[in-house]
Amino acid sequence: MQRPNNAAFGCRHELLSCPGVTKPHQAIKPDAVSTTLVIADLACRRGGRLLFDGISARVPPGGALQLVGPNGAGKSSLLRLLAGLLPAAAGRVEFVGRRAFLGHEVALKPRQTLGSELAHWARLDGGADRLPAALGAMNLDALIDVPCRMLSSGQKRRAGLARVMAAGADLWLLDEPTAGLDTASAALLAQAMAAHRAAGGIVVAAVHGDIGLDGADVVRLG
Amino acid sequence: MFLALVRRDLLLIARSPALWLPVMFFVLVAAIFPFAVGPDARLLARIAPGIIWVAALLASLLPVETLLAPDVEDGTIDQLISRGIALELVCAARICAHWLGFAVPLLAALPVAGVLLGLDGDAGTRLGIALLLGTPALASLAVVAAALTAGLKGGGALAGLIVLPLALPVLIFGVGSDVDGAFRLLGAASLVALAIGPFAAAAALKPE
Repeated sequence: MQRPNNAAFGCRHELLSCPGVTKPHQAIKPDAVSTTLVIADLACRRGGRLLFDGISARVPPGGALQLVGPNGAGKSSLLRLLAGLLPAAAGRVEFVGRRAFLGHEVALKPRQTLGSELAHWARLDGGADRLPAALGAMNLDALIDVPCRMLSSGQKRRAGLARVMAAGADLWLLDEPTAGLDTASAALLAQAMAAHRAAGGIVVAAVHGDIGLDGADVVRLG
Repeated sequence: MFLALVRRDLLLIARSPALWLPVMFFVLVAAIFPFAVGPDARLLARIAPGIIWVAALLASLLPVETLLAPDVEDGTIDQLISRGIALELVCAARICAHWLGFAVPLLAALPVAGVLLGLDGDAGTRLGIALLLGTPALASLAVVAAALTAGLKGGGALAGLIVLPLALPVLIFGVGSDVDGAFRLLGAASLVALAIGPFAAAAALKPE
């Protein structure tokens, strides 16, 4: 199943209303060939308070962006904004391609097994064939028959990362992806991110400390 | 995409321990009323449609706290939005799944409830058709109320307050289904609720 792309914010729902269109972004932006992520003068307002403003960045294919700053500075909000989960108070985001988002919530149903949950999302993403590789990349093969309620928080985190990998998205939006991960899993994540970038993908991550994104640009908030 | 969402919602409903709750509640109400009202078969048969409609309305509200709130809390809605899937589509699928999950078992249990309340075959058939026409509206209203109360403590009680007045037209046309044109009005009420429901629920879920 081909899933519409988020060509731009604001037309998310119009795009969805025509799921039969195979490549909607070409219909909307016929001249777009690159998948550079452009963030221009972005501002975010939460609960009447200006969280940040004037954020600009430009990430070419294969690039990465690290969002750093103290707790509450707006790293998660910026990521949610990029994922289309929050409206921007000002500025704009340009990106042609598919996005995959890893938030703090795991979005795994406690009664379902890990394998069936990830298979469900992979089906929605039209990426059932990418799932085994993603499971392997996060070392989850032994856990696929385990109900999600039995998983530790680090294992759920790895499941969330595997879902991002299986989505086949061009832009990965990761909110503190190494939180709760052991060192071996963090290394697996670094490998996966490097492979994603080598294939022309983009990674944007909210981080505390180094997560192995070599040569990433940094946006400092707060 | 719509079918994939419906299938998923149905699977989760089928796996949930509350699957049998609405239909059990429905049959129990029908079983208890004869004790409360007394053994007057003619009186029971006369008020049976009203009892059954009220039971159906309350049964549609039983799972309201688990219809959308868990998906909002565990990030499922975020995952769907970030994939560019319209919330309206998600809510339409949820209405469809909720209807299949509560109304279909309820219709299957209707003969049992009918016998318990002393409904004759003709009135029972008419009531079945009325329920078939009217329950989609109840499902839609329940999902809207679930969206409005998702993330609130004690949302279930509030959802009841939201739905009950809105469900009045369905109740009136449903109980009065022996009057000419009541089926059409019932169908119209369902169509209106189904047309508005996904948009209202999506608007309530939209992150701000």
